[in-house]
Amino acid sequence: MKKMSKKQQKKGLVKDMLFLGITLAIAVVLLLMFPEKREPVISSSRGFFMEMILILPAVMILMGLFAVFVPNDVIVKYLGRSSGIKGIFLAILMGAFPTGPLYVAFPIAATLLKKGARISNIIAFLSAWACIKIPQELVELQFLGLKFMITRLLLTVVFVVIMGIAIEQIVLWSEKKNNKHEQTL
Amino acid sequence: MNVTTLFINALAGVCLVFALIKDRTKTKQALKMAVISFFRIFPTLLAIIIIIGLLSAFVPESQISKIVGKNAGFRGVLTVAFLGAILHIPSLISFPLAASLLEKGASITSVAVFITTLTMIGMVTLPLEIRILGKKLALLRNGLSFIIAIIIGLIMGAIL
Repeated sequence: MKKMSKKQQKKGLVKDMLFLGITLAIAVVLLLMFPEKREPVISSSRGFFMEMILILPAVMILMGLFAVFVPNDVIVKYLGRSSGIKGIFLAILMGAFPTGPLYVAFPIAATLLKKGARISNIIAFLSAWACIKIPQELVELQFLGLKFMITRLLLTVVFVVIMGIAIEQIVLWSEKKNNKHEQTL
Repeated sequence: MNVTTLFINALAGVCLVFALIKDRTKTKQALKMAVISFFRIFPTLLAIIIIIGLLSAFVPESQISKIVGKNAGFRGVLTVAFLGAILHIPSLISFPLAASLLEKGASITSVAVFITTLTMIGMVTLPLEIRILGKKLALLRNGLSFIIAIIIGLIMGAIL
């Protein structure tokens, strides 16, 4: 499993370098063709680069710390037994803390499902993992401002809760329908 | 350096000090992960930064606002929602891109929709999600996420 993810990582890196190479080549060609655009391109790119490079190391350190100090089994322990409104908010909080790509969260969600956690909590956990990361919110704060970040965060929490409950109802309803169907057969 | 930059760095510094006090080896491990992920994201970051520069110099504001601006209408919103769903850009890097689009005349709605679908929906990871969580849950989650991303964007456009 680990070996495979390493191989995948290498493949991903090659893809990223290719993407960078192509972008760079297009930029060079365009700037040779339109020398008068050099100044605006470079100044705009430099501005965004500086803004990013001043926060990226700090964001990466936060992500590393979360990943090491909040191991996955802690999440499973807390979420497996929580329920109700408290449970769904705990699920969102648990999803917001640890870091890593979304595919790391799928096995955790599958374990939770097997352990009997509520579907609404699992959906909330997955959605929070995907889009309410604390380091991510910090970068959003830097580039899009406090008002934008807070508004989107609050709306996302509200709608993730609604979505979790809705999906749970849909799944329960379809299971009930299936059961009835089997009984009539 | 602005306030946000200072805040983020201070937060990381404080967390780092606490972590060092709590567990030295774990902290070292965390720092190693941080260095690796930094270099891992760097090529994509550079590429996006170059794209932002090209975008701001070559694509006129009128063009950007025609596609993703206030007057692009619902079709514009659907377009960015779809783009966010299929593109595979690390969310951290999507924020400078979103900020540059906003500067160039994109509407708040389309920027919010773009970021939300980009983070919530993973077309690339969907097959894996289906395999691990089952078709029903995976499709419902991604499908409903698409809809709530648009609702979130529309509300943000209305109140901000």
